Amino acid sequence: MAPSRLKRTRKGDFSLEIPESERDILRALPGQLRELLTESDPTTDPALRRLFPPAYLDDAERTAEFDALVRDDLVEQRIAAIQTMERTVDAQRLSEEEILAWLSAVNDLRLVLGTRLDVTEEMDEPDFAPDDPRALMFALYGYLSYLEEEIVAALSTR
Amino acid sequence: MGVAVSCGAMVTTAPVEVDRPAGEQDVQPDVPWVVIVWNDPINLMSYVVYVFQKLFGYSRQKATRLMLDVHQKGKAAVSHGTRERCEFDVARLHAHGLWATMQKDR
Repeated sequence: MAPSRLKRTRKGDFSLEIPESERDILRALPGQLRELLTESDPTTDPALRRLFPPAYLDDAERTAEFDALVRDDLVEQRIAAIQTMERTVDAQRLSEEEILAWLSAVNDLRLVLGTRLDVTEEMDEPDFAPDDPRALMFALYGYLSYLEEEIVAALSTR
Repeated sequence: MGVAVSCGAMVTTAPVEVDRPAGEQDVQPDVPWVVIVWNDPINLMSYVVYVFQKLFGYSRQKATRLMLDVHQKGKAAVSHGTRERCEFDVARLHAHGLWATMQKDR
């Protein structure tokens, strides 16, 4: 496993040692998430349905009321996090608020990729052909999982 | 503020229902809803523990136990309360990418 890329500093912010090659990957991703959030059809796109699951299992009417009440706020929160990650993608230091925005965007991206790949708990290394676009998506998913573990670990230290 | 946080001074002037038998509760406590988090194959276990601690102020131990219930039993009840309270919690869980629903607590 690669060395720790994120650490809480004594001042309470977070140091970020991410190689340029990884930053270039991270630079491209939040925009794709924004595009999904603003342009995709929530009734038919499984990834969007995963980001906004029904609040009530067997009550479509109350679920619709819930969505009418909170959906716009939740989209706005997600887009604010995306903007923060885009703004700070080259930063060496992040405030707690900024790292929480990264966590939000990274977790949303994992949910989208995981849904597109139809991952299961038993799925370790699926056997995609090298030219299968899912091979790249799966590598990205693995990288974001690693980064998210790092963020959660850094946030959990005092 | 219009809400009485401490009602000690107010109850003395409130009308008293004298015909209620002492000790009997004829009103259900106003907590008939429960928030369920369902297992999913994507969210990391460490992340789910972190979210439970952050949103509900649970200890690491309690948050871990709830996460393991979600992971092993397929779901766990993570909070209870009024319908409004539970909708608030479901919205916060959805904001964090967890698969949460709410239902009447049976």
